[in-house]
Amino acid sequence: METWTFDEVLAFAQSWGAVYFTLMFVVVLIYAFWPKNQPGFQRAKNIPLDDEGA
Amino acid sequence: MQVQTETPWRLDHIIIPLILFLGFCAGMAEWARSPDWRMVVQGWTFAGCMAVIGAWYMWMYSGRVPDDESGPYCDTVVKAGVVAAMFWGIAGMLVGVIIALQLSFPNLFYFPDLAWTNFGRLRPLHTSAVIFAFGGNVLIATSFYVVQRTCKARLWGGSLPWFVFWGYNTFILLAGTGYLLGITQAREYAEPEWYADIWLTIVWVCYLLTFLGAIMKRKEPHIYVANWFYLAFIVTIAVLHIVNNLAMPVSLLGSKSYSLFSGVQDALIQWWYGHNAVGFFLTAGFLGIVYYFIPKRAQRPVYSYRLSIIHFWSLIFIYIWAGPHHLLFTALPEWVQTLGMTFSIILWMPSWGGMINGLMTLSGAWDKLRTDPVLRMLVVSVAFYGMATFEGPVMSIKTVNALSHYTNWTIGHVHSGALGWVGYVSFGAIYCLVPWLWKKKLYSNALVEWHFWISTLGIVLYITSMWVAGIMQGLMWRAYNDYGFLEYSFVEVVQAMHPYYIIRAIGGAMYLAGTLVMAFNLWRTVSNGAPEISLPKDMIAEPAQ
Repeated sequence: METWTFDEVLAFAQSWGAVYFTLMFVVVLIYAFWPKNQPGFQRAKNIPLDDEGA
Repeated sequence: MQVQTETPWRLDHIIIPLILFLGFCAGMAEWARSPDWRMVVQGWTFAGCMAVIGAWYMWMYSGRVPDDESGPYCDTVVKAGVVAAMFWGIAGMLVGVIIALQLSFPNLFYFPDLAWTNFGRLRPLHTSAVIFAFGGNVLIATSFYVVQRTCKARLWGGSLPWFVFWGYNTFILLAGTGYLLGITQAREYAEPEWYADIWLTIVWVCYLLTFLGAIMKRKEPHIYVANWFYLAFIVTIAVLHIVNNLAMPVSLLGSKSYSLFSGVQDALIQWWYGHNAVGFFLTAGFLGIVYYFIPKRAQRPVYSYRLSIIHFWSLIFIYIWAGPHHLLFTALPEWVQTLGMTFSIILWMPSWGGMINGLMTLSGAWDKLRTDPVLRMLVVSVAFYGMATFEGPVMSIKTVNALSHYTNWTIGHVHSGALGWVGYVSFGAIYCLVPWLWKKKLYSNALVEWHFWISTLGIVLYITSMWVAGIMQGLMWRAYNDYGFLEYSFVEVVQAMHPYYIIRAIGGAMYLAGTLVMAFNLWRTVSNGAPEISLPKDMIAEPAQ
């Protein structure tokens, strides 16, 4: 089995880590701005104001 | 009148008494067998707590249906959390004032014969009491309140929420008395030893279950953003607590344990824990309060729900990497230090995104800040959040940290976050909760104004004195004379800080005074406040917009 040195692991983590984080962020942006999600968000933001239990 | 008939078989009625019984036995074993008198005291304390909780359970179920199992929501446990938070808040802030006085007047407040009054024992008592006892009870109470309202579902597990409340406060008592006895594993914000850590793990898993259970059986299709923050707080604290406290006790009858990690790995694990105690306990959890209580109090939905989603995911993904900034210029590999610093700076974005979202919720209702001191407290807390999360990244920059680290600047920074952000958002939430829960009108708005202004002045005195003291301290430490020797001895630096220590103690005392005013106001509200007159929604006059 091929073993990686510390520096190889480091290089992998430092480069692909950045790509992974950027992709995650893009996914979040897509979810937040996806037009079909907007009516749901509009409803969701009123949840605290709707409850009568206070 | 409700009569308890055929009681269905319930898991919580078996598991919780079993946990209490086993805990009682473990406490008794320490009491009877431990050669260390401090463990005898701890064992006695723990067994005593188990017995009291057991008796309380029997009383709660004695021939009646408990309040929390008859109404639509478990609210009595929220009330208990509010009371506990106020009690621990005052205790923790009082200890803070005492240790501030010890630093200001070491000759007056130093008692060599009373080891438990030593600064080294009182300091963790202060930090744990305000963060975990006050803050923790606020988070448990508000999360219980918010998750039930926004999911339109009860907390899960029957009496499990009550076990979380009592169990958590048992942990606090065990930890606090342990510090006074001199028991500590010397990990900042994680001082309690192995047995208290195991107990907290049990309680925390129950907390997760009861919270998650309410979300699972929600009648509202969408999980409101406040619950995401609360859930991130609960889950992440569980992970942090378990990993940071992986340790081997020397003996089951002794307090001492050794960490699984050593050297720089140990330090990194500790500050990965330590900074995320700030990020997830003191930030994510309290952001849950912001996203529920500010919209509720201002009667306006949050400014942007999209922004809240981006705020949430970027905050939790970035915070977890910021810990290494506590270990700049140490044996930690250089690139890890840079990583910690970089992520701390990136944190500006989600933090300020969240601050803008909180503040802009007020748009079109700014006038309410003039008339409603409770809303003002909540909004000022968000402003302090923005200020502290601006200062933090600045201090994580290596060149700034070279000046600020180990100085009072750090203390000032922590307290602008703790007093201004966490304290105010908690006070604001409690001022909302007490009238809502007890269905009484708040006794006095004027006293809230007094609380607000006394404590605001206190915060200003506290943080400005610590800024000046800290920067002065850092500059004096690094000053060289013409011959290349250090310009000042250590004690000269201590002497120079004396006036600022006194100003800090005054600021802290004013903050405590504000909290006492609040306690009086709440006590009057509950004991003889006027009942809240609730009008149907359509009868409340709406101002033209």
